[in-house]
Amino acid sequence: MKPVNKTFNASRTRPRTAKAATPPSRGSRLGNLTRPGLLMVLLGLAATGIVARAAYLQLVSTDFLQDQGDERFLRVVEVPAHRGMIVDRNGEPLAVSSPVDSIWAQPAELLDQRARWGQLATALDMPLAELEAKLAPDIEKQQAGQKTRQFLYLRRHLAPSAAQHILDLKIAGVYAQREYRRYYPDAEVTSHLLGFTDVDDVGQEGLEKAFDAQLRGIPGQKRVIKDRLGRIVKDVESIRVPQPGQKLVLSIDRRLQYLAYRALKAAVLENKANAGAAVIVDVRSGEILAMVNQPAGNPNNRNELKGELLRNRTVTDVYEPGSTVKPFSVAMGLESGKWTASTMVNTAPMRIGRYMVRDTHNYGTIDVTRVISKSSNVGTSKIALSMPAERLWSLYKSIGFGAHTQLGLTGEQTGVLRHFSKWAEIGHANHSFGYGFSLTILQLAQAYTVLAADGVRRPLTLFKREQPLNPADERRVLAASAVRQVRTMMEMVVTKEGTGYKAHIPGYRVAGKSGTARKLSGGRYTNNRHFALFAGIVPASDPRLVMAILIDEPTGGAYYGGTVAAPVFSATMSGALRILNITPDDMPSMKIAGATAAAPEGATP
Amino acid sequence: MEPNKRTLWGWRPHLDVPLLLGLLAISGLGLVVLYSAGQRNLDLVLGQGMRLGLGFTIMLVLAQMPPHYFRAWSLWIYLVGLLLLLAVMVVGDVSKGAQRWLDLGVVRFQPSEIMKLAVPMTMAWFFADKPLPPRWPHLLGGSLLTVIPFILIAEQPDLGTALVVGSSGAFVLFLAGLSWLIMGLLAGVLAAVIPLFWTFVMHDYQRQRVLTFLDPENDPLGTGYHIIQSKIAIGSGGIYGKGWLNGTQSHLDFLPEGWTDFIFAAFSEEFGLVGGSVLLMLYFYVIARSLHMATRAADTYGRLLAGSLTLIFFLYAFVNSGMVSGLLPVVGLPLPLFSYGGTSLVTIMAGFGILMSIYSHRQPLTR
Repeated sequence: MKPVNKTFNASRTRPRTAKAATPPSRGSRLGNLTRPGLLMVLLGLAATGIVARAAYLQLVSTDFLQDQGDERFLRVVEVPAHRGMIVDRNGEPLAVSSPVDSIWAQPAELLDQRARWGQLATALDMPLAELEAKLAPDIEKQQAGQKTRQFLYLRRHLAPSAAQHILDLKIAGVYAQREYRRYYPDAEVTSHLLGFTDVDDVGQEGLEKAFDAQLRGIPGQKRVIKDRLGRIVKDVESIRVPQPGQKLVLSIDRRLQYLAYRALKAAVLENKANAGAAVIVDVRSGEILAMVNQPAGNPNNRNELKGELLRNRTVTDVYEPGSTVKPFSVAMGLESGKWTASTMVNTAPMRIGRYMVRDTHNYGTIDVTRVISKSSNVGTSKIALSMPAERLWSLYKSIGFGAHTQLGLTGEQTGVLRHFSKWAEIGHANHSFGYGFSLTILQLAQAYTVLAADGVRRPLTLFKREQPLNPADERRVLAASAVRQVRTMMEMVVTKEGTGYKAHIPGYRVAGKSGTARKLSGGRYTNNRHFALFAGIVPASDPRLVMAILIDEPTGGAYYGGTVAAPVFSATMSGALRILNITPDDMPSMKIAGATAAAPEGATP
Repeated sequence: MEPNKRTLWGWRPHLDVPLLLGLLAISGLGLVVLYSAGQRNLDLVLGQGMRLGLGFTIMLVLAQMPPHYFRAWSLWIYLVGLLLLLAVMVVGDVSKGAQRWLDLGVVRFQPSEIMKLAVPMTMAWFFADKPLPPRWPHLLGGSLLTVIPFILIAEQPDLGTALVVGSSGAFVLFLAGLSWLIMGLLAGVLAAVIPLFWTFVMHDYQRQRVLTFLDPENDPLGTGYHIIQSKIAIGSGGIYGKGWLNGTQSHLDFLPEGWTDFIFAAFSEEFGLVGGSVLLMLYFYVIARSLHMATRAADTYGRLLAGSLTLIFFLYAFVNSGMVSGLLPVVGLPLPLFSYGGTSLVTIMAGFGILMSIYSHRQPLTR
């Protein structure tokens, strides 16, 4: 072997004198580390270091790091639950949720795609300027070197096909998200009752709000793999299947709802009224079959979601019921035995303290039946005053005045019914003919249901009764015979001689009572602003339906309840009776109305 | 010692089979991993395969040249490289904030790559006919050969390449038998210079990298992101890994540069501690074999050059795997033969070509 320069093999520990002649002698000098040997040791140490490091990561902290890794791509996302349908008593849908897609953006990515914004704006059906405005905060943030937002809705609730069209453009940073949108097939007809949901499908008004918890359902959860940009790459597992919201089966009959709405709307328009409200109740079950209001907005159009248009006035607005409550005082009188249908009453104006009680004109001495059919304030007062104030007060209490109806609707008012000890004599008289306290139209309908049910109060409900009403829930508040007599008197109201003839329905006996209450303004009764009311029962011989109607401030000239509100009753009920296949109880009048109407009735089982 | 046999064709190719096998094993494994880490992009694999082909060709061609050619060309290559580096300073292309590229119309390339070979060659050439261990004047002259290109490259800025170039020179000095005393002094000077370096030479992003290395969790979504994701990828692989094509961090785009500088993390995620150890053993084998070949070189020039080239290869592998596993700060060095990327691969293969030439062309010492 040729002597070589010792550099490669030499160690500095070796004596310099040995430098030129020392042959390379691998491993011969124990404890005298050669330079290549040293290198190998260093290399080995380095390699060991790396392996040790990898082992540390992969053995010691592997669980932690695995979790960390999972955290970065495994995400639990919500699966929206289908909001429960609202259907009417026959299963007809009143509120349904349909799948829609909302387009959202990850601004950081979208900012890099500026060239395609025009295309995107066109597909989103919005001006480019609007899109730019939406992204303006992110542009600023980006320029300021801050982090941009991670999520920005571009447009919500698009039809899935329209959303797909946008996704097909394949613009980076634009994504779609599945959502459900509420749709109301009957639009404004049911709007006040159902209310609406907000853009996030949370109930905001009406039944949607009151029963949001049941309707909403429980969103499911699933574990997904998302990549760094948040795109879902793969569904891993379903953690919880979304539980669709419960279906609400209402007692409402969509057909009656529609009839009532149409008639009410026509009356409000014709009489140039501010507003109107009406309720139909099934006498036997206490189910509410219709609940309509005017004015109305289309809940499918968010621009029409205004409080004015959405208020369910049947429960939120209170008014003095006026003459419509007179039958209760009369029934009370008959029940007491102090009065009969033929007892004569002098209805000349009557002084009570500083006040005069009078009728529109002096009817003179009339029997109790005429007190009702002529709607005599004086006669009604005399009947009421013949008994303690407490009796009238407790009767009003027992038919639900001054208390919630327990329907569960939000925003329901109780009205005001002061304790009888605060009434004084004039108050007592006022209460008998419908002043000095206030009701909702629903409370009036409820009270009339008692009259229709021969003095038995049944709880009202907005939900279809799957089982017959439990007798334990019924409560007798008036004697049956007294109530039947009053109903007979109320039939007189709906005759040519009475105040509510316009409520008559060919073929059916109608018992009803109109009312006209002057509006309170600044604590005083006005002379030119009225509530026009009508409440009726049909068929009077075997009551099935009750309807109460309010027309708020008719300004078309007529303002009497019997003129303005009663036609709504007949218009609605004539259709309702036919739809519900209720046997006519007044055949003679049917013959007068025409033989054609009798044929279909006879043909149906 | 292998006899210098003649084959039937009268020509024996100059190559080292054990080394070649090691290199092929690493490259082949690299292609497999690249397919997975590169999101199953076959184009990526084919491109890398072509580069590897080019690299191996260059290696084999260079291996056939007798080492005295390299020795004779050393200085000239070095001077040309130096000129190109100066040219880059004046007319170079700016890319990603650094001026590294020289556009010759036909090809764009980084002259700093030339220096990775030119510096150790020149250093070896310089010290080969000097008395060793080097005397002070020679030491200073030789250091200058390294320091000038180091500064030029660091100024581009390209800290990774500067590190490689500077180290290659330092390796030659070390191999030339630099005394421990001087090395200790240099280390002291280095330690003293680091604060100055920090303040005056390093760029903000480089300083940030070091800070990030010290505390990556400080800014997990910003500068610490790379290293945290990389550690997660390695660690979540566990002992046996998640299996080929099953790495989540790399496939879901969480691991940045999962097929270039950070491919070791992608590899470790899928093949675990076992795979990582096998790969490191392959590297260790290649380095050990290369070092062995260096010690067998025929002359001082060959020994110094071969040793230096080996240590550069080691530097690449160590710095990259150290960086990816969070042992070292992030320095943009690829994992040689494994990472996707061209120029450094060709340089490294050329280095192995020279190494094989040096080993294979030595005179038989015994007959």
